[in-house]
Amino acid sequence: MGGTVARAYCTVQVSTVMAPLLEARSLAKFYPIKGAGRGAKLHAVDNVDLMIGAGESVGLVGESGCGKSTIVPLLGRFIDPTSGQILLDGEDITAMSQAKFVSTPGRRRIQVVFQDATESLNPSFRAFQSIADPLKRLLDLRKGAEIAKRVRSTAALVGLPEELLQRYPHQLSGGQRARVGIARAIAVEPSLLILDEPTSALDVSVQAVILKLLADLRDRLAMSYLFVSHDLNVVRLLCSRVVVMYLGKIVEIAPAEALFTAPRHPYAQALVAAIPDPARRGEARPRLDGSPTSPIDPDPNACRFYGRCPKSTDLCAKSMPPLRAVGPDHFAACHFALSPIGGNP
Amino acid sequence: MAQLEIDNLSVEFRTRHGVVRALESVTLSVARGEIVGVVGESGSGKSVTAYTVMGLNDEAAEITNGRITMGGIDLLAAQPEALRELRGREMAMIFQSPRTALNPIRKVGKQIEDVLLEHANLPRRDLKKAAIAALARVRIPDPERRAEAYPFELSGGMCQRVMIAMALACTPSVLIADEPTTGLDVTTQAVIMDLIRDMSHSARMSTLLITHDLGLAGEYCDRIAVMHAGHIVEIAATEALLDHPAHPYTRQLLAATPVPETRLDSLTSIPGQLPDLRSTLPPCRFSGRCERRQPVCDERELPWAELSPAHIVRCRFPL
Repeated sequence: MGGTVARAYCTVQVSTVMAPLLEARSLAKFYPIKGAGRGAKLHAVDNVDLMIGAGESVGLVGESGCGKSTIVPLLGRFIDPTSGQILLDGEDITAMSQAKFVSTPGRRRIQVVFQDATESLNPSFRAFQSIADPLKRLLDLRKGAEIAKRVRSTAALVGLPEELLQRYPHQLSGGQRARVGIARAIAVEPSLLILDEPTSALDVSVQAVILKLLADLRDRLAMSYLFVSHDLNVVRLLCSRVVVMYLGKIVEIAPAEALFTAPRHPYAQALVAAIPDPARRGEARPRLDGSPTSPIDPDPNACRFYGRCPKSTDLCAKSMPPLRAVGPDHFAACHFALSPIGGNP
Repeated sequence: MAQLEIDNLSVEFRTRHGVVRALESVTLSVARGEIVGVVGESGSGKSVTAYTVMGLNDEAAEITNGRITMGGIDLLAAQPEALRELRGREMAMIFQSPRTALNPIRKVGKQIEDVLLEHANLPRRDLKKAAIAALARVRIPDPERRAEAYPFELSGGMCQRVMIAMALACTPSVLIADEPTTGLDVTTQAVIMDLIRDMSHSARMSTLLITHDLGLAGEYCDRIAVMHAGHIVEIAATEALLDHPAHPYTRQLLAATPVPETRLDSLTSIPGQLPDLRSTLPPCRFSGRCERRQPVCDERELPWAELSPAHIVRCRFPL
């Protein structure tokens, strides 16, 4: 390890014991921008390499606009990447278009729990129908009795009382709606569950129940989680490894404890320092001011954090730092991740 | 006398489905230069408290009891015109979701000028300069240029700074901040909260911070009031509240809030739900969810217990 520059292909990221379930290789999603010059593109996700092990929970954090919300539909396989591949158990699921993928057995293996169940449940479906729908579509269950049995067992799994299955979303509380959203996603027994801010619309009392439920389901159903959240305390509770994104790039990947106790990338350091913590009242902490540079055609030869970074040097403006190993299973994309400020990269 | 005093305030909402007793006997004060947090789950009455102080409740709201004074002025007895004069100059509010609270079709600099024109007694020719100075005060880089921007051209954090600049333009003595950083990134939240704290302390402003985030209140507030179902159940200095919560609800709220040290198995939820505020309620509105409940809790008037002069709890059987 040491200072060796290693392009973070999945092989370098693999935690020692885990077999990869899902791998993203040089994954990119660019959106053409009208009116911003000919051929201008917004780099939402830019050359991301990411591995999620079987049974592993990976957290994904970063500020709005960092690409989190593009990663979700990309890995969920709802949109086609501009380039790069996604491998599920070694099989390239991006070789076919998203429209084709829908009718393959792989579709059921990746499921998503969306942010705010109020918005993502069909308001004209009863809870029962919401959970039954993917069973019909993806498992091809036809018999009413079979579907009903499966819906009821899934509802029991997420702690949704059976009498609530006949209710519409507006007749359910926030916590109950969250349970329906989770039940709908796990009914088809996915291998990977992508959770997009699953508790951000909930009160803490309900959030605690849902987090415990998610931890319990993961153990019982042996699922992998990709947990996308802006709440770092919640990520820390549920994830063993955390990925930090900034402006479409991964800037740090680390075991959860290492990220929270000894983050290496200056952005990750600012992120961790910004977690409200009554224990550190009044303590002066590094603050990250300003906003990110434009994601439209960013300079490919400059660090994306250049300009906002307290450690910016001339080198950062001339050369994009690659992800490199800075510790066991720990990678950071900063020229100075291994040395103090002003030291040699 | 504290700068802002809410005394025995009760508010009801008349709805088609019955009378909602949103606040009952809420008593709270904020001294000069002090930041007081009001925390609780949705439906606890935190925002109703804020809106009532500002006189911004909707028509269905009726103040059935209590007094609110600011610098000795009785706000509830004040004429609408007098209140309008106080709002903006003497007391100001920062709203959740700054982008929707700002006028979308007016340049942000102009919006600050509007406030100054209304309340600051400045000659017209000085307005622009004063607006730019207000933007600079909340550390907006390049304020001359940003004053010419529309809200949609600014990030959420920038819009919130504009809101703060607008609120502080006339150096009010009372600031009500209703979830000022909800929906902002955690890095931006830290910068905005530092700013509110610094401004409160340097301008000796009395700040009421409404938040659902006990961790945030814990870091920035001098004192914290915990609300549940329209009651304040506990008020204490921040350290005392976090280290020695006395009300069973406060303790449960703390146990349900993840902080950096929390482990999944130590995280607990709060059983039950908020009671329906339209129904007949027992003296203690938490009794239905409380593990320490005794028959007397539902029968007799609920007393305030004073654990120390600065730590009071509304519970017959505090921890």
